[in-house]
Amino acid sequence: MPLPPSPTTEPPTGRTIVALRDVGKSFERGIIALDTMNLEIHDGEFVSLLGPSGCGKSTALRIIAGLSTVSRGVVEWPNGAAKIGFVFQDPTLMPWANIAANVQLPLKLASIDETESRTAVRRSLDRVGLADFADAYPRELSGGMKMRASIARALVTEPQLLLMDEPFAALDEITRFKLNNDLLAVWGALRRTVVFVTHSVFESVYLSQRIVVMTARPGRVFAEIAIDAPYPRDERFRTSAEYGGFCRQAAETLGMAMAQRGAP
Amino acid sequence: MSDRALRIILPVAVLLVAVLSWKLVVWIFEIPPYVLPGPDLVTQTLIADSSLLWNSLLVTLLTTFEGFLLAAVGGIGLALLFNQSRLIEYSFYPYAVILQVTPIVAIAPLLLIYLPQSLAVLVCAWIVAFFPVLANTTLGLSSVDHNLLSLFDLYKASRWQVLWNLKLPAALPQMLAGLRIAGGLSLIGAVVAEIAAGSAGAGSGLAYRIAESGYRLNIPRMFAALILLSLAGVAIFFVLSGLSQLLLRRWHESAINREN
Repeated sequence: MPLPPSPTTEPPTGRTIVALRDVGKSFERGIIALDTMNLEIHDGEFVSLLGPSGCGKSTALRIIAGLSTVSRGVVEWPNGAAKIGFVFQDPTLMPWANIAANVQLPLKLASIDETESRTAVRRSLDRVGLADFADAYPRELSGGMKMRASIARALVTEPQLLLMDEPFAALDEITRFKLNNDLLAVWGALRRTVVFVTHSVFESVYLSQRIVVMTARPGRVFAEIAIDAPYPRDERFRTSAEYGGFCRQAAETLGMAMAQRGAP
Repeated sequence: MSDRALRIILPVAVLLVAVLSWKLVVWIFEIPPYVLPGPDLVTQTLIADSSLLWNSLLVTLLTTFEGFLLAAVGGIGLALLFNQSRLIEYSFYPYAVILQVTPIVAIAPLLLIYLPQSLAVLVCAWIVAFFPVLANTTLGLSSVDHNLLSLFDLYKASRWQVLWNLKLPAALPQMLAGLRIAGGLSLIGAVVAEIAAGSAGAGSGLAYRIAESGYRLNIPRMFAALILLSLAGVAIFFVLSGLSQLLLRRWHESAINREN
């Protein structure tokens, strides 16, 4: 392993919220998705998992969420299991329910009473700028707005840990930039922990404090890059030389990660 | 002309042309009414025999309705049971298929041996109608978006919550499609069983009137009864389509007009 991990700045609070220790995951048909994956997520930080498709980053995310079991290793929650919000690559809204009902779903499943949950739904919709669309049905909204609704649903339970699985991959660039900014604003306001899976170098640099670069087949952590730029970040950061430098560094690291396994 | 107007005007025009040619053929070739009655004679019969035919229509419709209701309850219930337990599905699904693929005309005489006639007719209507409900509902229940299932898992939803909040609404479009087919089929089942039963009496249905009129060479009444049967089928179709439209109008593509 030629590349030493880059020096990492101390995360905001440093307390580990969840850790993967030597986690391996193989599926039936013998496909190894993850091989001795080690990862620590700290309270309040914004981490991106960056890697080529098929590197098991989504699998790692599903394992953290408890949606997938490990074949080897353990998932540790040093301070007890955290409340989790999950955003899928597709908005994954129920087409038969309006936006308010979709956002309310997690509260309904937890049997939270109607008045209390209505307040939470309104607050969550406000946060993503969808307050005026509570009564709309998913099919009436654009892709970007559906994704906002999906994020509002993930936030409605006030989770400590927000897991996002390539949420903006299917959106056009303009919408994606807008949602990147809005996501950072939400994160800045709430300071919850975010683990963000992406295959976009630019997106990962723009958003995160720390990028975890992964190799493919089998998936494992290749290197970590600290993005030591202050928040709030905005369009000025997106066009700065500093941003360009981080992008080059992340792209080179990703290139090395991919070269290690030969051509993808 | 608007699309809506065309949808009404065109089929009505086709009907007029067909009835007119029917009338002309009967008139030109001087076909006797015991071979092919003209539309005017059929209409007269429809009016003259209206009380007899009306009572028979009610009998047939009641059987159809009961058969449909049982098919809906049975089909949806069985689909839910299959969805909850794979073992039950594996055990019984093949027999549901066998029941469906065996022609109802062949089963009806057997049922008439073992069951009282009214019940046998009902069972026939049920057998033909329940399978599309079962098959479609099963498909609907099992084609739920996997990510939505994951989401419900994430929030630790109970089996009941998954069924009520996710699987049933997700399966609704397919379920309604199954019910729409079942409506027409249960009428067919009722008709087949009535003809197989073939017994007279005050309580006999429309299909029996057709068979009876056939024996008596009362061809105009055969046509009159046949027309009533078709109208009943059309009415059932429209009622069920309307129900489907009503329930899906806000969210399902099938119930929404495309915008250009």
